[in-house]
Amino acid sequence: MLAKRIVPCLDVRHGKVVKGVNFEGVKDVGDPVACAAEYNRQGADEIVFYDIVASHEGRGTFLDVVRETAKQVFVPLTVGGGISTVDDMRQALRAGADKISINSAAVKNPKLIAEGAEIFGSQCIVVGIDAKRNGKGGYSVYANGARIDMGIDLLDWVVEVERLGAGEICLNSIDTDGVRGGFDMEMLQAVCARVRIPVIASGGAGKLSDFADVFLQTDATAALAASLFHFGELTIGEVKADCRSKGIAVR
Amino acid sequence: MIAVIDYSAGNLFSVSNALSYLGIEHCMTMDADAIRKADAMILPGVGAFPTAMESLHGTGLVSTICAEAKKKPLLGICLGMQMLFEESDEVTPCKGLGLIPGSVHRIPSQKVIIPHMGWNELEIRQDSPLFAGIDLPMYAYFVHSYQAFCDNRYLLATADYDGQIPALVTDGGYVFGAQFHPEKSDEKGLQMLRNFAEVTK
Repeated sequence: MLAKRIVPCLDVRHGKVVKGVNFEGVKDVGDPVACAAEYNRQGADEIVFYDIVASHEGRGTFLDVVRETAKQVFVPLTVGGGISTVDDMRQALRAGADKISINSAAVKNPKLIAEGAEIFGSQCIVVGIDAKRNGKGGYSVYANGARIDMGIDLLDWVVEVERLGAGEICLNSIDTDGVRGGFDMEMLQAVCARVRIPVIASGGAGKLSDFADVFLQTDATAALAASLFHFGELTIGEVKADCRSKGIAVR
Repeated sequence: MIAVIDYSAGNLFSVSNALSYLGIEHCMTMDADAIRKADAMILPGVGAFPTAMESLHGTGLVSTICAEAKKKPLLGICLGMQMLFEESDEVTPCKGLGLIPGSVHRIPSQKVIIPHMGWNELEIRQDSPLFAGIDLPMYAYFVHSYQAFCDNRYLLATADYDGQIPALVTDGGYVFGAQFHPEKSDEKGLQMLRNFAEVTK
């Protein structure tokens, strides 16, 4: 039986993890390679590196982090932030990424999804989506770090994303992100019902039971969190133990 | 020395990273002589079947790989595993290497999410040196939309995904194929690669 995935996300700025906690045994809490190794030890099913600056100058440093991690952590690595061309994708994959996450660039240029899928395979194209309730009973897609309403309906967009060849969707609810009151079950299930590709839940995890809840209440196949794991409030092992005790298959 | 066949497959470097980490001597090569001299071969692969077969034919190595696979261990990974079979109908009908009888078709279930992406548990069907030192259950990392169809005698392990997906296959001789990515399957996947290197000795 396919296990539900727990995916920690490391926000990286200038080659360092943004904020972070003193993991036991990790000397430099800002060292993304050490943090990824720690998440691996805790049982992370995949690890996401997000380049929050995504500046041209900082790209090399960011990719060095991916390259070093890929030499010592042997679970799938996803790279996101600032990827807007096929060449950006190629660079990240060559550095050792297994998947590429594109968000605003895909909204502005949907062809990028098809091009990436054609050249590198659907399995490595993750489309990240930031969405928010539009006050009319639907959801709108946002771009540029969830700042700009693109005037696109979420449920139309996810169908298009699947048609263009994305291998996976990472759905972040702006309404629940940072609120820590749990994942956005309603939005997630609306998307899961529309597509046949895997959907990763993102935005809103605040406590242990939120993970089991998203798997019990929606068809999401993975759940992503950043700060909860960064700050050491929960370990991946604790999350998995809770899921397992509720009958959810985890690795 | 393991020859990792370089025909620009996407997971070439992941495989190489894993072998380096394990201290297993290997080279990434498209040279027929290097393949003939190697103790074993690994055929990586991600993406679409016909494109990958075309790239592999482009290297001129197909006949060498097939001849050497009678004499030394070969491990196909993911698409590289599917390429060991006779044919696939992904995108367009296309011949594979024909080292294991069987064919590759889309995962038939209408109920499951496609691609089959994530960690699934291996169900062991036959014992193999590749399982040495691995404590069960073993979850392995899969990502694919097509699967092999072959006789049970070629199955070493399967994974349940609303139907049995051939996960680890063999021709009964030197040829092995993993539908999952051992190089991305954490400690147990690495152990399997270590076991493959042992088989070559």
